[in-house]
Amino acid sequence: MGRIATIARRTFLVGAVAIAGGVAFGYYQFKKPVNNPLKDGLADGEATFNPYVKIASDGKITIIAPRAEMGQGIMTTLAALVAEELEVGLDQVTVEHGPASGAYFNSGVLAENAPYASFEHSMIKDSFRSVMGAMGKIISLQITGGSTSTVDAFEKMRHAGALAREMLKGAAAKELGVDMATLKAERGAIMDPASGKSLTYGALALKAATIEPPSDIKLKDRKDWKLLGKSQPRVDMRAKVTGAPVFGIDVSLPDMVYGTVKMNPRLGGRMKSYDAKAAQAMPAVIKVVEIDCQFGHGLGVIADNTWTAFQAADAITVEWGEAPYPADTKTIMGVIETALNAGGGTALREIGDVSVEFADAPQDRLVEATYSVPFLAHAAMEPMNATAQFKDGKLELWSPNQGPTITRFVCSNMTGLDQDDITVHTTMMGGAFGRRGEMDFSGYATLLAMAADGKPVKVTWTREEDMKHDLYRPAAMAKFKARLGADGIPTALDAASASPSVMRSVVRRNMPSMASAPLGPDKSITDGAFNQPYGIANQSVRGIDVDLMIPVSFWRSVGNSQNAFFHESFMDEIALAAKMDPAQLRLKLMADHPAAAKAVEKVMAMSGWGKERPGHAKGIAFCLSFGSWVAEVVEVTDTADGIRITNVWAVADVGTALDPDNIKAQIISGAIFGLSAAMGQEITFSDGMVEQSNYPDYDAMRIYQTPEFHVEVHENAEDMGGVGEIGTPPAAPALANAIFALTGKRIRTLPLSKEVKFA
Amino acid sequence: MKLNVNGAERELNVPDDMPLLWALRDTLNIKGPKFGCGVAACGSCTVLMDGNPIRSCVTPVSAVSGVITTIEGLEKDGKLHPVQQAWFDEQVAQCGYCQSGQIMSAVALLTEIPNPTDTEIDQAMGGNLCRCGTYPKIRAAIHRAAGAGV
Repeated sequence: MGRIATIARRTFLVGAVAIAGGVAFGYYQFKKPVNNPLKDGLADGEATFNPYVKIASDGKITIIAPRAEMGQGIMTTLAALVAEELEVGLDQVTVEHGPASGAYFNSGVLAENAPYASFEHSMIKDSFRSVMGAMGKIISLQITGGSTSTVDAFEKMRHAGALAREMLKGAAAKELGVDMATLKAERGAIMDPASGKSLTYGALALKAATIEPPSDIKLKDRKDWKLLGKSQPRVDMRAKVTGAPVFGIDVSLPDMVYGTVKMNPRLGGRMKSYDAKAAQAMPAVIKVVEIDCQFGHGLGVIADNTWTAFQAADAITVEWGEAPYPADTKTIMGVIETALNAGGGTALREIGDVSVEFADAPQDRLVEATYSVPFLAHAAMEPMNATAQFKDGKLELWSPNQGPTITRFVCSNMTGLDQDDITVHTTMMGGAFGRRGEMDFSGYATLLAMAADGKPVKVTWTREEDMKHDLYRPAAMAKFKARLGADGIPTALDAASASPSVMRSVVRRNMPSMASAPLGPDKSITDGAFNQPYGIANQSVRGIDVDLMIPVSFWRSVGNSQNAFFHESFMDEIALAAKMDPAQLRLKLMADHPAAAKAVEKVMAMSGWGKERPGHAKGIAFCLSFGSWVAEVVEVTDTADGIRITNVWAVADVGTALDPDNIKAQIISGAIFGLSAAMGQEITFSDGMVEQSNYPDYDAMRIYQTPEFHVEVHENAEDMGGVGEIGTPPAAPALANAIFALTGKRIRTLPLSKEVKFA
Repeated sequence: MKLNVNGAERELNVPDDMPLLWALRDTLNIKGPKFGCGVAACGSCTVLMDGNPIRSCVTPVSAVSGVITTIEGLEKDGKLHPVQQAWFDEQVAQCGYCQSGQIMSAVALLTEIPNPTDTEIDQAMGGNLCRCGTYPKIRAAIHRAAGAGV
C-alpha cells in the first residue's frame, strides 16, 4: 500500500484541487446525500424528482444532461439513459444542461486519472480509483472531460429515471387504489392493465414528487432496452440545421453591450503602457478597461456592437512586457530536449529490469528513435466568448464551458463574490476539444461586466486573439529504445517522454495560491505510452515534466495525442528491424488482451491488410485510451498534387455501445482531428508570441482531403470505455506509418508537412 | 440604409463599412450566420445574395446589392428546406457551429448543379471548414438532397 499511498498523496487532483477547494476528505461528505439544485427554479405546476428529472403538470418532461454538449452528442446519450428507465421516448422530452451544481459531480474523470492502465484491476488499484472517484463528489467537480461522461452517468442517470418512474407509479397506485406492482409505465403514462385506465406523468407529477422514493431499484436488463444500444436521432439536430441561437456567441439579453479583449500576446507577460485615445474617440465605444489577472494582462473594450469593439481593440497601441519563457520555438524545443537528455522523471510503468536487458544487448538487436511534436491550438469553430452581467451584488454568466462549478469557483475568487451569488448558464458549444475546460474567457467577461454599470456584456474574441491566446497542447519529445529477442519480439522497452505538465499549468491559472505546491507526477505526460496492452517482459516508461511557462492544457485525448504517435511509430520501427509485419507484431504482443487483438484482427480484415492496390500503401496503429481499445488503418497514395489519404478503417471496442451511430461519428471526428494535426498543424513562437493567427496559417482537414471512412464498433471489452477522444490517438501514427510504407521515409517529427506535401 | 433579408425589408443604421455579418447578428438579431474567422477562410458566415453564396464577414453592408437569404429564410411554413431535411436525416451536425454556413453553401451548389459528383461537392464545399469532421456526412446529405430534388 506504501507506493499507492504516496502516489495518492502526491497526485494532483487529490492533493491540489481538494485543498484549493477548501475541503478535506471525509467519509461523511462522501455519504451525505446531494441537494437537488432544480428545487430552486421550479415553475408553477412543475415538480422535480431528483437532479435529473423535472415533470410539469402540462406534461412537459425535462431531463438534465449536465455535461457540456460540444458536438459529441452527449445530451442525447445522457437523456437516453434517463428516458430508458423513465419509459419515455426522446421525442417526448426537453433536454437541458441544467445549473452549475455539485450534484452533477463527475467521478469518472478522477478515476480515469488514476495512474494505472485501464485493464489493470486489483483490490488496491480499484479502491484507489473509487477514492479518486469519491473526490469528485466532495469537491463538486462538474466537468466534461477525459471521455468519462457516459461511463460516469451509466448507473446514476438510469437510476434517476427509474426512481422517478417508481414514484409516478406509487402516485398512480394511490389514485387508482391498486397495488403498484400491477401497474406499467409506457410512453409517459402509467397504465393499469386490469382496468384499462391510464394516467399521464403530467397529471401525476406534483403528487408523485412528494412520495418517498423506493430504496431498492432494479435497473432494466439490457435485453429489455428500447433506446440504449440503438442509434438515436440527436436531440439537438433540429436546432442545429435551422441555425437556432443555441451557442454562447448567440446570447442576446435586454440592454446588452458588446466587448472584446486585447491581451498580451507574450503569454503571461504584463502590460507596460498603452494609448487608447483613438479607440475612446470612436462614437460607439463605451469604455476601455484594464485587465490584470491570473489569465493574462491587457485590455478589454466595451462598445455598442462587436465589430466596433474589434475595431477599437485594433486601434489601441500597447507596449507589452516580456514573456516568462524563451522567445522562439528553437530555444523552447531546446529546453524540452535538454530535459529529455538529462533523464530522470517519473516511471508509471516499471516491469522487470530494462537495465539488465540493455547491458549486454548486441548492437544489431537494438532499435532506438527520438520523436518530436509541436504545440497545438484547439481552433474550435466558435471563438472564445462569454456573456456576464453584474447587478445588485450578483453575477450571472452565460458561458460555453466544460466546467460550470470550477467556473463559479474561479469567478468567485476573482471578484470576492460568494459562490452562491454567482449563477452559471452553460450554453451549447461550437466545438471545445478541451479548450472550454478553461476559465479565462469567463473570467474576462466577468471583469468587463464589473465595469459595465449593471448591463450584460457579451465578450467575443477575434479569431486572431483566440489563436494567439490558446492554452496549447504541449510540445513534447521522446526517446524510445528496444531490445529485440532472437525471434524479433522485443524483450525490453525503455521509453521517456518529456513535455511541460498540463496539470501544473492548469493549477497555476485557476488556483494561483497552489502554484508552487508539489503536485506530483502528471499522468498525462506518458498517457498512451505507459499503459498499452503490449506484453513486453521488461518495460520502463518515464515521464519528464519540463519546466516551461507556456500555458498548456487539455487537447482532445491529451497525452495520448503525442504518446500514441511516439509509441506506435516505434512499434513500426521495431517491426521493420525484426523483419515482421507491423500488424502481426502487435497481435503477438497483445495476445493477453483479446479485446485489443480482436480490434486489430478486424481492422486488418476490413482493410485488406497485406494486399495493396497499385500505388497505395497502408499503415496501422493501435491505442488503448480512456478505457477503449482502438485500431486504425490509414491508406495513402501519391498523386501529382502530393500525398492523398484515400481510406481510413477503424475498429473501436468500447465495452458497451450506448449509441452505435453516434460512436461511429465520434471515431471519424476524432480521427479527422488527429489527421488534421498530423498533416499540417503547428504552433510556433517568435519574439515570445505565437506566430499563427487564423485558419489560413493554422488550417484543418477540408472536405476535398477527406478520405472514405469504414468504422466498426466492438463490445468485447469487460469495462465500458469513453468515446469522444478515442479516435484521435491512433490517427497520426497510422498516417506516419502509411507514409513510411509508401515512400520509405520515416518521419519522426510532426507535422508531417515538414517532410512531405499533401494534396 | 435598407436591406432585404429573408423576404423582409429591414432598416439599418450602421456604419457603411460594418461587415454584413455583424449587422445581421448584432443589429438585426439574425444569429444563424456565425462568426468563425473574419477573413473568409472558414465559411461559417455564408449567406446567399441573390442566390449566390457570399462570406458575410468580409462583405461591408454598403456592398450588399441584392436580396439576402440566411439559414433562417430556408424553412417554408414550418417545413425544413430539403437540404436541411437531408442534414437532419443524415444526422450531420455535431457541434453544429459551421453547419449554417455548410447548408447555405450546399443550397447554392444544388441550385447550380442539381446532381453534383463528389468532386463537384469537394470543389463547392472546400471553403467551409468543419472542426468536428462531419465531411463524410455532408457528402451523403448533399447526395440525399440531390435525390430528393431541391
